[in-house]
Amino acid sequence: MSVPLTLLGLLEREPSHGYDLKRDYDAFFGRGKPLPFGQVYSTLSRLARDGKVVISDVAPGSGPDRKRYIITDVGATEVEQWLTQPVDPEPHLQTVLFAKVVLALMLDRPAAEYLDTQRSAHLHRMRELTEIKRAGSLVDALLADHGLYHLEADLRWIEMTGARLDALRKEVRR
Amino acid sequence: MSVVIEARDVEFSFGQTPALRGASLAVDAGEIVAVMGPSGSGKSTLLHCLAGILVPDSGEILFDGAKVHAMAETERSSLRRDRFGFVFQFGQLVPELTAAENVALPMLLSGVRRTEALRRAYTWFERLGLDGMQQRRSGELSGGQAQRVALARGLVAEPQVLFADEPTGALDSLTGEQVMDLLVGAAREQGTTVILVTHEARIAAYADREVMVRDGRVNAPDRIAS
Ligand SMILES: Nc1ncnc2c1ncn2[C@@H]1O[C@H](COP(=O)(O)OP(=O)(O)OP(=O)(O)O)[C@@H](O)[C@H]1O
Ligand SMILES: [Mg+2]
Repeated sequence: MSVPLTLLGLLEREPSHGYDLKRDYDAFFGRGKPLPFGQVYSTLSRLARDGKVVISDVAPGSGPDRKRYIITDVGATEVEQWLTQPVDPEPHLQTVLFAKVVLALMLDRPAAEYLDTQRSAHLHRMRELTEIKRAGSLVDALLADHGLYHLEADLRWIEMTGARLDALRKEVRR
Repeated sequence: MSVVIEARDVEFSFGQTPALRGASLAVDAGEIVAVMGPSGSGKSTLLHCLAGILVPDSGEILFDGAKVHAMAETERSSLRRDRFGFVFQFGQLVPELTAAENVALPMLLSGVRRTEALRRAYTWFERLGLDGMQQRRSGELSGGQAQRVALARGLVAEPQVLFADEPTGALDSLTGEQVMDLLVGAAREQGTTVILVTHEARIAAYADREVMVRDGRVNAPDRIAS
């Protein structure tokens, strides 16, 4: 999650105080990991330095929480670009799981068992997300679904790989 | 927790084709268990043995301590009628009956009076988002609607165990999850034990735990501490 771009995006709605930005960030994007105030203000001052926001309404002698932030054209253009560009499709698995399977086969370890363990860990997490989905708001449900579909994709890869371990073993062990 | 239904070392062959080769599974009362595994691994056969539809070649099926594998067919069929509920993937509704009559059917077969059975059947329609469809015949329902009617029929008699074989297999993701939501909600409310066959992980995630069937045997992963 890109904090600077998300805060900029929130500012596109209307000029806001740091406090309001934090509250909305936490409600929609924080998901149990609230953004520290320190990070909100340091991010906003970097955005101001880079000309993406300007600060208004500073009462003399007031603290950072009295400032209002307004997005600039530069900032708005950046939000627009970020929203329109696709996110890099991340090949999550190739990093860890794939490496584990190939190494297990190279080292003559029980790759199938590792995959079984991984499957039940994935399903365990999927149960937790499903519980969140059943108990929570629509925002919770949509976020949980995003996680669920990714885990499901991993699981499909695990099934396919499990079914082809013998062939893969031949290929990686020479 | 106490075990309500159990397969012990069950073997079953269709002629020369072995389908179960020493399958064991114990399910606690009120538990929702997902049975997963590759196509042809024996999931449906295991379900049918547990439900007393098929009789194992060897091994035991125990329900509430009773030896189902040793029962006569009449005894097994009254067990299925009075204690079990069923939901399958396709073609379960009786086309000549209205949706409400379909839901009432298990109660009618158990000797509940028609007016009372229909009254209880009607209460399910609102719960399932099907209000107003009570009088339709199955040909006049969409696949997802028919599936929800079948679910109501499986649960209406408050069975001790619900057997569900790919109950969401013919549905789109959203409808499938709505059906699961209802199934899990109703099962928890009535304390019904559910044995759910599915190959979809997102559906299995509604269960309390999963077991994998491979080559006619059951692998239960070590339970992960929550
Ligand atoms: N009526 C039948 N006659 C002969 N063989 C059968 C019959 N039903 C199942 N089998 C065989 O028994 C084995 C197990 O079948 P089963 O239907 O239990 O698999 P499954 O795990 O439910 O598969 P799927 O996910 O495709 O539904 C398979 O080899 C299958 O071909
Ligand atoms: Mg089957």
